[in-house]
Amino acid sequence: MHIPDGILSPTILAAGAVVSVVVLAKSVQESKKNLEQTAVPIMGVMAAFIFAAQMVNFPLLGAAASGHLIGGALAVYLFGFWPTTLIMTTVVTIQAVVFQDGGISVLGINILNMAILAPLAASIVYKLLRKSKIPVTLMVFIAGWVSVVATAAFAALQLGASNVVSYRLALQTLILWHSIIGIGEGLITGAVVPFARRSSFFLTRREERS
Amino acid sequence: MMKKRIYIWITVSLFIAGAVSLLASQHPDGYEKAGKELGFIDRATSYLHSPLPDYAIPGMHSWLSSSLSGIIGVVITFGLFLLLGKMAGKRN
Repeated sequence: MHIPDGILSPTILAAGAVVSVVVLAKSVQESKKNLEQTAVPIMGVMAAFIFAAQMVNFPLLGAAASGHLIGGALAVYLFGFWPTTLIMTTVVTIQAVVFQDGGISVLGINILNMAILAPLAASIVYKLLRKSKIPVTLMVFIAGWVSVVATAAFAALQLGASNVVSYRLALQTLILWHSIIGIGEGLITGAVVPFARRSSFFLTRREERS
Repeated sequence: MMKKRIYIWITVSLFIAGAVSLLASQHPDGYEKAGKELGFIDRATSYLHSPLPDYAIPGMHSWLSSSLSGIIGVVITFGLFLLLGKMAGKRN
């Protein structure tokens, strides 16, 4: 899901950068009000964990393709939407700057996709399912899957809007692959959440968890 | 108590980035795969020369190269977030 340089149009890149800057300004504002210093190392270690997990591409059985965790649904479950945007932005920025994973001109769009839209999709799922009686593991699986597929759909719209390929083809192809990758996201999220809970890696204020 | 848990998670992250990552699939990811099918991935380029491109230490040709890159990445990510969190978090 890390988009390289040279594919999207300058207009889309600029629009992505502007939206990301605006949202991140709001994230910083939120954390100035709500983020306790004691939570910082816990979120930092989860950022490091997500960075590590993103390195492990899992094969998609039977296809010459792979996928890896985004981690947005995991972080949102533990910390809520606004803190997650800071965690994911740290990861995505380091990947682009230090490891050339995701283009530098696309950083705004990659932050928008993986640090804002993926967590946003997951937090909507949590909001909808919070009151239902389904088990936590199933809920985070669904949030993980939805976050990946929704992000793929946005990435497809960005391709369409850049006149790279038709909207229809982009949506079809990206959603197809990511509906498989999303299963991996859901499984990993479902596997990690119980451990994180056992370590009390979450923010205790309830309103921040949705 | 919390300190110990944080050490455990850092150790696990270092292990994943430094060792488990060596088993990662080398196939293109979903976006690249779609890009191959639709023909747009050929336009991909890189405007920035990163110090550790593609999670490898330039000139080093062994598994250690990507293993060390992963370990460095975990350390930088943790360190940068601590800094960012300190600046963006509540003042005590």
